[in-house]
Amino acid sequence: MINSSLVFTITGIVLFAMGAAAVIMMNNLLRRILAFNLMGSGIFLVLVGLAQRQDAVDPVPQAMVLTGIVVAVAATALALALVRKLHALSGRLDLPRRDNG
Amino acid sequence: MGDPGSLAAWLIVLPLVWGSSSFVFFGKQAAWTAIAGLAVQTALSFHLAAILMESGPGVHRVGGWGAPLGIDLAVDGLSAALLILTQTVTLTLAIYARTYFLHDESKYRHFWSLTGFLIAGMNALFVSADLFNLYVTLEIIGLAAVGLVAMGGGVNQIAAALRYLFATLLGSGAYLLGVALIYGAYGTVSLETLTPLIANHVPRVVWFAAGLMLVGLMLKTALFPFHYWLPPAHSGAAAPVSALLSALVVKASFYLIMRLWIETFAPLNVGYAWLPASLGAAAILWGSWKAIRADRIKMLIAYSTVAQLGYLFLVFPLLPGLKAAQVIVMQIYAHGLAKAAMFAAAGVLVKATGHDTMSGLAGTAGRLPLTLFSFGLAGTTLMGLPPSSGFLSKWQLIDAALADGQWPLVVIVLAGGLLAAVYVFRILSFAFLLPPTNEKIAPIPRSLEWTAFVLAGASVVLGLRGVELIGLLIPWGAG
Repeated sequence: MINSSLVFTITGIVLFAMGAAAVIMMNNLLRRILAFNLMGSGIFLVLVGLAQRQDAVDPVPQAMVLTGIVVAVAATALALALVRKLHALSGRLDLPRRDNG
Repeated sequence: MGDPGSLAAWLIVLPLVWGSSSFVFFGKQAAWTAIAGLAVQTALSFHLAAILMESGPGVHRVGGWGAPLGIDLAVDGLSAALLILTQTVTLTLAIYARTYFLHDESKYRHFWSLTGFLIAGMNALFVSADLFNLYVTLEIIGLAAVGLVAMGGGVNQIAAALRYLFATLLGSGAYLLGVALIYGAYGTVSLETLTPLIANHVPRVVWFAAGLMLVGLMLKTALFPFHYWLPPAHSGAAAPVSALLSALVVKASFYLIMRLWIETFAPLNVGYAWLPASLGAAAILWGSWKAIRADRIKMLIAYSTVAQLGYLFLVFPLLPGLKAAQVIVMQIYAHGLAKAAMFAAAGVLVKATGHDTMSGLAGTAGRLPLTLFSFGLAGTTLMGLPPSSGFLSKWQLIDAALADGQWPLVVIVLAGGLLAAVYVFRILSFAFLLPPTNEKIAPIPRSLEWTAFVLAGASVVLGLRGVELIGLLIPWGAG
């Protein structure tokens, strides 16, 4: 039987997988930052879905999602600042080929 | 301040205080505030260990709230061991960094605040008692470390920082999804409550969650083949930053793996323990090979970190057990001290010769004998020669592996020691055997050379005093 919690969980995991794949495979840094946010939203969806599982709303996953959003905003801000700096220095929006020397 | 839990809270608050105050103070004042704070933290961490030896593990409920809505801090021998290593190494590196950054203060002025936040995150990680709080501390560590890598401000540093940022975010994302699924399965994230629940019954979703968490944490620990982000990030940063990252930061996510798999997730270790172990073996071989072929000093040391991290994962088939925990803690100490010393010594060499290439080392032995001696001492620890702590950790690992009939591990450990000898001697041969070039060697403040020597010396001397460190873990293993 399909209940709403299962739908949330599966959708969340699919979103996470899409985001993670894009973070790994995309070249454009802005797209990678967006993909990271998609990944985060997937996780939050799983948590919020779990919070609705019982008859009474469970506050703990909601507190976790709030904290998670704060972390995601901070990480996005740092990533954007670094991308701006990279763009200012080198004029590009992707990472240069790896130097292993 | 008598009980271990509130001491742990102070260890989190203090670095936040001096880290934030560095935004107000600049230059010398920031450095001295940080050094003073770290000295107090070092004393606190030893005091904490002494209390633990007497009265056993302690729990502190922050603000008196208690789980599940509040946050619990838990301290045991394992946390105390890692807290002591973090405070002592950071204190020594802070003294080193004060002199190292003396003429670059404006470029590196955020070093002190970022280090403060980094250490606060690490200390919080070592004493956190629930999966979600562990996630938050992981992110604090990750973001502070990325800031430290980017601090130099060049294109290469920014690119390395971004690569590191995406790796660390991907890793903690996978970890957090695992935590969400575990909360879904058991309705709790407290390690203490989870342990009996997992021992009792493991639904399929928990296997999936634990796998996700393990992969995420391996990515953050830079286990082969997830190590791609480490060499550019660690070799491109300023020497004190490289030392902090290589000696301590990668151990933070490994500590979390160990914390989970040694106790709470121990029932999940059946059947696939060979997977992390064989990746660890591959890391030792590949990292050493790349280190042997590197043509820049700091790149060599960074690849040596990739190799040395492999040893930590070799222990997986021997988990759980007191012996495995002792091997891991000894290896974390040996590598932490030796690698901090190596990057500190490399910083001196780079400052003196003005470049980072192996060929620039020619003839430096005659002019910087103390630095090369420190480098050699740290090298003996990485090779695992007696009486160093590296010898002790490898000896214990071989001993435990033989007792368990896992002799392939023994072969890998011995081969890894030989390979380490090759790359350490490569640096020493450039420094000792090539004739000195006519290039001028810049004068180096003595304190830089001496702090590197103290770290290297500690990594060797610890081999003689290992019993005390191992003793710290015993009450934990029994309880």
